[in-house]
Parts: sequence; structure tokens; C-alpha cells
Amino acid sequence: MFTIRELLQPDSTREAYQLLQTEAGARIIAGGLFLRLSDRLTIDKAIDISGLGLDRIEEMEDHFQIGAMVTLRDMETDKALNSYFSGVLGKSVSGILGVQFRNMASIGAPVAARYGFSDPITALLALDTSVELEDAGTVSLETYLSDRSIKKDLLKYILIKRDNSKAAWQVLRNSETDFALINAAVSRSGNEVKITVGARPKCAELATGAMEALASSEWNDSDLEKAADLAAEELSFGTNRLASAEYRKDMCRVLVLRALKEVRDAD
Amino acid sequence: MQINITINNEDRTFKVRPDEFLADTLRKNGYKSIKRGCDKSSCGACTVLLDGKPILSCSFLSVRANGHAVTTLEGEREEAIKLGSLIIKEGGDQCGFCTPSLILTTIALKRENAKPTDEEIKHYTNGNLCRCTGYVPQLKGIKKYLGVE
Repeated sequence: MFTIRELLQPDSTREAYQLLQTEAGARIIAGGLFLRLSDRLTIDKAIDISGLGLDRIEEMEDHFQIGAMVTLRDMETDKALNSYFSGVLGKSVSGILGVQFRNMASIGAPVAARYGFSDPITALLALDTSVELEDAGTVSLETYLSDRSIKKDLLKYILIKRDNSKAAWQVLRNSETDFALINAAVSRSGNEVKITVGARPKCAELATGAMEALASSEWNDSDLEKAADLAAEELSFGTNRLASAEYRKDMCRVLVLRALKEVRDAD
Repeated sequence: MQINITINNEDRTFKVRPDEFLADTLRKNGYKSIKRGCDKSSCGACTVLLDGKPILSCSFLSVRANGHAVTTLEGEREEAIKLGSLIIKEGGDQCGFCTPSLILTTIALKRENAKPTDEEIKHYTNGNLCRCTGYVPQLKGIKKYLGVE
């Protein structure tokens, strides 16, 4: 049984944020796809943020600004966005269920809620990404994901600095359209590299040891293998119904190595 | 709450609850081509087009359709008969439960990408689950319909 007692439709992000603070039992509804996933759900006050103009991908002076209500399908098909970073953002969302689902699911929700299983968070974290929140202002995505003191805020935009880095996307699923049992992304600009691994099943994190090791290396096959081993060693993995920690660790090594080779050979 | 939706080019007004989903609003008002399969945003049987884009009506709040255009299979009679006949000819209709949504999704695909490859067809339609067949006859029918055999 699913119940919304009252639907609030604010006219501005400020108003939406204030409702979230002052109304007991208030929750933000973005794409709304989680609504069908529990058998019993009652929301006293649902704050609908679909009318706030947050549904556009815009090319600003030095970055892309992606509204929280931009759909995964828009991210998948946006030509300007996917002409950067080897199209990694489009690739990271293209395997999420069907086109109908992606036409509804928003990019803001998984990021705001820091969903561990998220594919796009892993890709976003491999780029120079920040989030713009109504109250806390602009913080890096890395800070947002790790600083749990930022809560009950309203995520407005995802900001991605435009640069010429090459990027690669890797994901492992039991079957197409299923959740990732592990995913990885790599971006490279010159010798600077970012390696992220997500769905461990915890949320994406940077493999900083592996990144540092590669910064001063030649990028030959054995350097990349060492970096992939380092990433698998330094990150933590857990067990859930999709996969065991051991399997995830082994597959982390494989996916990171493939992604590293892909960005190296893209040059 | 009162909402105004243009359904299959006809302006309609409905009174809906804030927690009512579009699949229920539409079925209550006679649009029975919309099936309720999983009711969990996974199977695709409840597909409708919202401003031309396929969405899952089982998970879409009716209030959000206010001011938008909704297309159901009833509004695509001609194309539905064309594609439906081709799928039948290939033996791709067994219980028929998923066929309306597959047809509607394919119509949306055709308008986005008139000459898709096999991979693009599969990618676009893989949110439409069929529990009777193995998708091969449907794919054959879709390819004939799109003229990409």
C-alpha cells in the first residue's frame, strides 16, 4: 500500500528546502521510482521538485551544469555532454533498466541519497565534479559522498568541469538491466589519472594509492597491472545477495585494468 | 486534485489522489491497453508515451502528467495494426500481454531513430519483458516494420 497524505508543490528551490526543514515527515520526490519498490510506504508530505526548472543540461563557461531532475535518458543522449570524457557519462547510465525507466529516473536522486549501487556516481567521481546544494552551497562530489553531516539539504545541480580528459567505463552485471555487482571508471588527462570503483556494494570511492602510483609511471602493461592490484587492495568490499566481497575484489582488479588500458590506448 | 491531460489528442480532465499512479487513472477511464504487470517499474507492460517519450505509467504520479500529452496504444491504431500483424506473422504473440507496450515502445523508437541497428533495437526495447517467447520473433517483426531486415 502506498500513500501520500499531502503533496506539496513549491515554486522555488528555497521554498522546497524550507518545507523539508519545517514540515514533519516531509520527503522529496525526484524521479519517484523508489515509490513502487516497497510494499508499504506512507509519505506524510511529499515535496514534488519537478516544477523547479531543474531538468536541463547546460553548457556553462567552463563546466556542464546538470539539473537534479535531468533524466538518465537525457544524460545518455545529450550530444554536448557525451562529446566530452569519451562519452563516459552516457555509457554509465545506458545499462540501467529500460528506456522507459531512464526517461523517469533523475540523476539528482542517486547522488543526493548517495546510493551505493549507483552507476553514474562512479563515472561522475572520476571527473572533476561538484554538487550545488541549496543550503551547503557548492562542494566537491568526493566531499559530499564522504561527509554525512550534509543531510536534509536539496541538491540542485551537478557541476562537471570541462576538460579534455579521456575516460573509460566498466561494469559487471549478472544479466543486462540488473544492478551492477561492481563498476569502475577511469579518467586521464596527461599523467593525472582518477580511478573510481563503486557498487562494492558501498558507494564509489577513489583508489588514491593506485592513482598516485600511476602518476609517476610509464603506463606500460605491468604498471597498469600493479595499479589495478593496488586498487583492489586499498578499497573495501562487502558481501550482499549479488556477490561476495572476494568476488568483488577479484573483479575490481579486472575492471580497473580494462579501464586503464582503454584510456591509455585511446591516445 | 484536478489534472488536465491531452490523451491521444483529446483534452481530458480527471480528479486524482496525490498518490495515484497514471496507470490506474488511465485504466479507470477506459484505456485498457495499459497492462499492470509487475507494478514495480520493471516489466514495461504499463508503457505510455509522455510527450512522445516512453515511460512506466505504473510508477508515474498522475499529478505529474498535468499539462502534458499522453499517448496510449488506443491513439496509435494504424501503426499498432501494422506492427502487431507483423509480430503475429512471426509467431511472436503468445499470451499477448506484453505486446501493446512493446508496440508503443517501438513506435517511440521509430520516431527517435528511424533506421536502428539490431543492437539499437534491443537496447531500446529491453525494458519490455516477455515471459512466453525468446524475443526472436518480436525482433523479426520489429525489423520488418522498420524496414531494416
